[in-house]
Amino acid sequence: MSTYSTGSKTPALARSAGDKAAAASHSLSFPISVAKNASGALAGLAWTGFGLSCLLWQDLGDWSRTHDMAIASFVFAGGILTATLFGRFGGGLQSRAPWLLAFGLFLTIWEIATAKFAWLPLPFFPPPQAIVEVYTDDWPKLLASTVASVKLQLVGYALGAAIGFLTGVLIGWSRAVGYWVHPALRFIGPLPATAWLPFALFMFPSSWSASTFLIALATGFPVTVLTWSGVASVSNAYYDVARTLGAKPSFLVLKVAIPAALPHVFVGLFMGLGSSFAVLVVAEMMGVKAGLGWYLQWAQGWAAYANMYAALIVMSLLCSGAITLLFRTRDRLLVWQKGVVKW
Amino acid sequence: MVAVAIAETDRPTAVGASLNVEGVSHAFDIDGAALPVLNDVSFNVRPGEFVALLGPSGCGKSTLLRLVAGLEPPRSGALFEDGRPIKGPFPSRVVVFQDPTLFPWRTVWKNVALGLEAQGVLKSQRPRVDAALDLVGLSAFRNAYPHQLSGGMAQRVALARALVNNPRILILDEPLGKLDSLTRISMQAEIAALWQRSGFTTLMVTHDVEEAVFMANRVIVFSDRPALIKANMTVDRPFPRHRGDPKLAELRSNILGLLGLDANW
Repeated sequence: MSTYSTGSKTPALARSAGDKAAAASHSLSFPISVAKNASGALAGLAWTGFGLSCLLWQDLGDWSRTHDMAIASFVFAGGILTATLFGRFGGGLQSRAPWLLAFGLFLTIWEIATAKFAWLPLPFFPPPQAIVEVYTDDWPKLLASTVASVKLQLVGYALGAAIGFLTGVLIGWSRAVGYWVHPALRFIGPLPATAWLPFALFMFPSSWSASTFLIALATGFPVTVLTWSGVASVSNAYYDVARTLGAKPSFLVLKVAIPAALPHVFVGLFMGLGSSFAVLVVAEMMGVKAGLGWYLQWAQGWAAYANMYAALIVMSLLCSGAITLLFRTRDRLLVWQKGVVKW
Repeated sequence: MVAVAIAETDRPTAVGASLNVEGVSHAFDIDGAALPVLNDVSFNVRPGEFVALLGPSGCGKSTLLRLVAGLEPPRSGALFEDGRPIKGPFPSRVVVFQDPTLFPWRTVWKNVALGLEAQGVLKSQRPRVDAALDLVGLSAFRNAYPHQLSGGMAQRVALARALVNNPRILILDEPLGKLDSLTRISMQAEIAALWQRSGFTTLMVTHDVEEAVFMANRVIVFSDRPALIKANMTVDRPFPRHRGDPKLAELRSNILGLLGLDANW
């Protein structure tokens, strides 16, 4: 009898414990889903607020895109709200809802603080609609500048990376090359590439080729040094293994040294990318009569601060995009490495 | 006549080579001073024999293996594979090191294919790579990267990478030294069986006396640095061997005595 009763009790206990756990998980998951939906709804409200803030007060200046921007923000807010209400808030959009909310609030405050009440001094802090106006009205010039910058950057960076990589492999591999190149590298390398600007401007036939040279120089130094250190730090055990398996020197370089050094090479490419951006902008401001650096300079000369901000935003998107592209390439090539730097 | 010719070419190419080590001395330069590691070492290995080299840590056994592999030339003396002097590395003598030293950027399959690729014959010989992976039981892991393997699996891949070249002399430098004891015991039997089947000559450095007497035909015991040959013992027991064999136990305690460790037994 007693065994029977305990036997019947245990599953009952287990069941009630299971119910409690289920209830607990419900009460836990419910606020989370509400919070997720709420941040989507709030984001929609924030963008509605931004649209309203454009229309509620009169503009202090003469901006032509205020009305269009308000409509666009209402449409955007409507999109967010529909997606939230009908559960179509896809994973990507849902995780970005807090950011959308913050950005909507930021735009609202910015709008009020500049266009409506001028709490921030006006020519220096243009309102959002002024920047939108640059994109809608001055896009041909901005686009041409962007194309010019990308072209200069691509050619200079590709040249610098290729030459730096080859030099690095040669120094790392050959003692004789190392003997001659290493001191030159130590002497010239640490010099900021922009210090070469006056020299480059009279040495090269055009300011464009001079800037290409400077960008290549800024890229080449870190790529050389890191490729070299990567090749030099390859474990001898790898060479021993390859040699006993019948590898010739060319195999040792191409199939052992270079793949083993690739993680280092990518650090060099990343550093080179950063310093080449700096050189690009300086070169365009000083010599080349095209590109986003030149556009910045030109906008500042005309006190066209909205144009300056617009160019800065494009520039930041380009730089960030270039780095993302580099990291994606690295992640594809170095799948064998775990836990590397994320971007 | 024709039949004989076919039989000749059909014979497996991985037949063991003989190895002669004649009066080999070697030294390392450490801070300008020469540190002798091998002192007038001579011994012969018959084709297809399994010889284990035993000795105290740091006595120069691994250096001897590097000389056999041709990775370094000896300071004096000479080494011969099938009567031809050893002048450099050649895929007929392949080393398996204590660390698997798999190339981390290559998949298991591509690691095993390394030798054939380096010799420029991979395109026509791809099935050999699959066969070598089958041999060590890792076909399912052909697309895995080395960091995804356990220590024992990695060492099996290293073994397959060596065997795919049909070596005539397999050089094992403490191949099981870093494995856990269970994996080690099973791999001792596996390697011995592989050697039995394929007929290559095997030269193995080990610290493990039991491993040496369990796997080898002959055990050569070295003294402390600079290494001299202290004893050269034949292990005259048939394969497959049994670990509890009293003859092996007796041999083991003899060898431990030679190494000055008999007090513990």
